[in-house]
Amino acid sequence: MTNATVTAGAATLGPGLAIEAVGLTKTYPGGVRALRGLSLQFPLGSIFALLGPNGAGKSTAVKVLTTLSRPDSGGARVAGYDILSEAEAVRRAIGVVSQKPAGDLDATGWENLMLQGHLYGLAGAELKRRAEQLVEVLSLGEVVNRIVKTYSGGTQRKLDIAIGLVNRPRVLFLDEPTTGLDPDARAEMWETISRLAREGLGVLLTTHYLEEADQLSDRLAIVDHGEIVAEGTADELKHELRGDSVSLQLTDEPPPDSVEAALAAIDGLLNDRSYEAGWLRARVDNGPTALPALLAALDGAGVRVSSASVARPSLDDVYLSHTGHAYNALQEN
Amino acid sequence: MSFAVSSAGHVSARYLRAFARQPYYLAVTLVQPVIWLLLFGHVFERVVQLPGFSTASYIGFLAPGIVVMTALFSNGWSGMAYVTDIDRGVLDRFLVAPVRGGSLIGGQLAYAGLLTLLQSLIILGLGWISGASFAGAGPGILACLLATLLLGTAFASYSNALALLLRKQETLIAMVNFLVLPLTFLSVTFMPSALLPGWIRTLSAYNPVDWAVQVSRQCLSGTADWGYVSLHLALLALLAAACAYLSTRAFGAYRRAI
Ligand SMILES: Nc1ncnc2c1ncn2[C@@H]1O[C@H](COP(=O)(O)OP(=O)(O)OP(=O)(O)O)[C@@H](O)[C@H]1O
Ligand SMILES: [Mg+2]
Repeated sequence: MTNATVTAGAATLGPGLAIEAVGLTKTYPGGVRALRGLSLQFPLGSIFALLGPNGAGKSTAVKVLTTLSRPDSGGARVAGYDILSEAEAVRRAIGVVSQKPAGDLDATGWENLMLQGHLYGLAGAELKRRAEQLVEVLSLGEVVNRIVKTYSGGTQRKLDIAIGLVNRPRVLFLDEPTTGLDPDARAEMWETISRLAREGLGVLLTTHYLEEADQLSDRLAIVDHGEIVAEGTADELKHELRGDSVSLQLTDEPPPDSVEAALAAIDGLLNDRSYEAGWLRARVDNGPTALPALLAALDGAGVRVSSASVARPSLDDVYLSHTGHAYNALQEN
Repeated sequence: MSFAVSSAGHVSARYLRAFARQPYYLAVTLVQPVIWLLLFGHVFERVVQLPGFSTASYIGFLAPGIVVMTALFSNGWSGMAYVTDIDRGVLDRFLVAPVRGGSLIGGQLAYAGLLTLLQSLIILGLGWISGASFAGAGPGILACLLATLLLGTAFASYSNALALLLRKQETLIAMVNFLVLPLTFLSVTFMPSALLPGWIRTLSAYNPVDWAVQVSRQCLSGTADWGYVSLHLALLALLAAACAYLSTRAFGAYRRAI
């Protein structure tokens, strides 16, 4: 049982696109333009992450792609079916885990799994076997017989995923599956998700966590204001950025003007740089040669440095270069 | 077709299981009506001596009215479960499954109907214990239950549709109260038609609550005008079907708003 595949059948359908979306737009009543021409595509058997800050349009993209709501323009095929003209077929082919935990609180986990199966036309011994298998795969154990109201956040999320898998979907949507989970629960969730993709499922994942997109996804896209501003594998995105990333911690948090004045004289300093709370981050053509010059220039301007490091660009640098603000700073607002 | 019916059955089963976990909910829904029935029944005991009353006990006169009023309130709250499901994301999960909106609504209405039958029988039983006599016997009781069920279905549909359109408990409560009390007082629930002011009598002819109470009272007391009864049962059935259909359309509006 432990070795049972969660998605039996999906792999045998051969490779194909999990999702192919072109130019999706959506304006909510009230005038919020949540999607402004969002396009993406990725194959079955892989994980695609949509990374973006609050309000970027990630959930709206999920709602449109799962047929919950309709786009104003643009179109998409999910698991090979058109979301507008073949909505019914799309629904049968997908599993959806929405941003909010969506278990029925007044029922047990098991009753939730059974009802979900019934709503997809499953029944009897087949449904029971399927539910038992999912309880096993997501290690829900005995908890599944308790009322969902009594579950911890992590267990509710596991139940959500089990519910999303009952109908053996080929494409799974996970809207922020790990938000609010502790590090152990998050690691366990990552393991489960990668396993699903290895078994042939196409997974569209949205997340706030750079690290999650970096580690878990095969490809990722950065969404900002309803548009994709960068797309590729995490490595491609990092390699697109020229040079190295330098981080310096400045003693006594000197005023930005004096820092800026010191930097003006240096060659090879690229435009992407940020200075916040005593941390100066900048991209330079060649880290090892630029660092001494940087340190000397700052020293000359009377700015003292307490630590310095040089690294290849991170996803945070990618984010900074595409949106003009540091990812983490934005998150805190 | 069979999937539509079986999935509706599973939706009803979900509500029934939740109900079975807190059966005292039934008692809560009955506290008010029982107070109305027994308190009013006794306080205004002598009112039946007025010309215009054809029954010997006011409780007997009141019972069908209280049955209908209870069904109004109880079905009026059925949209609350939708608001909870919307807040919880449960409804969105159902709406991306292949199940039809008609099955979701149908399953909810079937459950609401069962609850209405149970409440109605308990109120009639209490009335009987307190001295009301129902000369219409079995067929009278069946007609009363049918009229109440149809009106309840119409009202539950109204409530469900509002829940999907407004998505807020407070507004839903306001909209339900906005209808229940006026509709009840603009009807023969508490007074026979002969004793109502003329303008209320005129309005009440168009009031579905009045139809349901008239049909129930006539049939329970064994004085049915079958022409009136069959016409108004048919009207109630039409109303229930129209409201149920419109509430399935509200899913479309909901999808556009989210
Ligand atoms: N039902 C709605 N009605 C009106 N505006 C909405 C609605 N849902 C979302 N919005 C707006 O659309 C924009 C995109 O929202 P969306 O939920 O897609 O963002 P998100 O990327 O999922 O954000 P988060 O990370 O906070 O979940 C936001 O400005 C949001 O306020
Ligand atoms: Mg979201």
